[in-house]
Amino acid sequence: MCIRFNFAAIRRTKPNEYTARFLFGGSVTLLAGLIAREYGPAIGGLFLAFPAIFPAGVTLIAKHEERRRQKAGLNGKERGKRAAALDTRGAVIGACGLFSFAFTVYTLLSTWATSAVLGLATLAWLATSVLIWRLRQ
Amino acid sequence: MSLLFRFLIGGFVVCAFASLADVLKPKTFAGIFGAAPSVALATLALTVSQDGKTFAMEEARSMLAGAAAFLAYAFTCLQLIARLHWSPFRAATVALLVWFASSGILWLLLLR
Repeated sequence: MCIRFNFAAIRRTKPNEYTARFLFGGSVTLLAGLIAREYGPAIGGLFLAFPAIFPAGVTLIAKHEERRRQKAGLNGKERGKRAAALDTRGAVIGACGLFSFAFTVYTLLSTWATSAVLGLATLAWLATSVLIWRLRQ
Repeated sequence: MSLLFRFLIGGFVVCAFASLADVLKPKTFAGIFGAAPSVALATLALTVSQDGKTFAMEEARSMLAGAAAFLAYAFTCLQLIARLHWSPFRAATVALLVWFASSGILWLLLLR
């Protein structure tokens, strides 16, 4: 299965939906920092893997798919749920990649520059996730 | 000021990964970006500058447990949507209880 880009999808997302994502994402990041300050890094660190993107993303995918089907005069609810289920399968795979991210930061941060570690950790997350995705195809 | 900065960076990074998820196909591949380390990327650089590397490393260690909780959360969502045909919004919201419970249990068992 080929990976491809569909830039038209950006237009499907309304400005208020982007705003909601921004506010939610910003709030979770702020909360993670405050919790770490108040209760220490052991608890604060848990929130570094809080699902900040997924809830809004999967809801919007289902909504957009429903809207597309309704425009064609069809009942889109089941298609929307199917699209959401596929997206969620991907999130399960992406969650596996988070282990690589966290492990990379934990093992390399003491000796490498922060920006290099975060870059490498992000690549580790992506590589692990893509590898699992490819194996599952 | 640093709190506002943290909020803005976090919002931007989450939006960026979410937009990437919107434009990618197929949907199973795009779903990977729903689990992108957005909060971690937004937080860790600021944490290192404000609280030092040791603090950030401790957070990364806990993030391993948080990642396990995320995996449990995503798996629960999948079952609720695909098998029980819940609406995605309801599934994603209710399954947050799984994330909190899993994180709590792992913190008690491994990190306390």
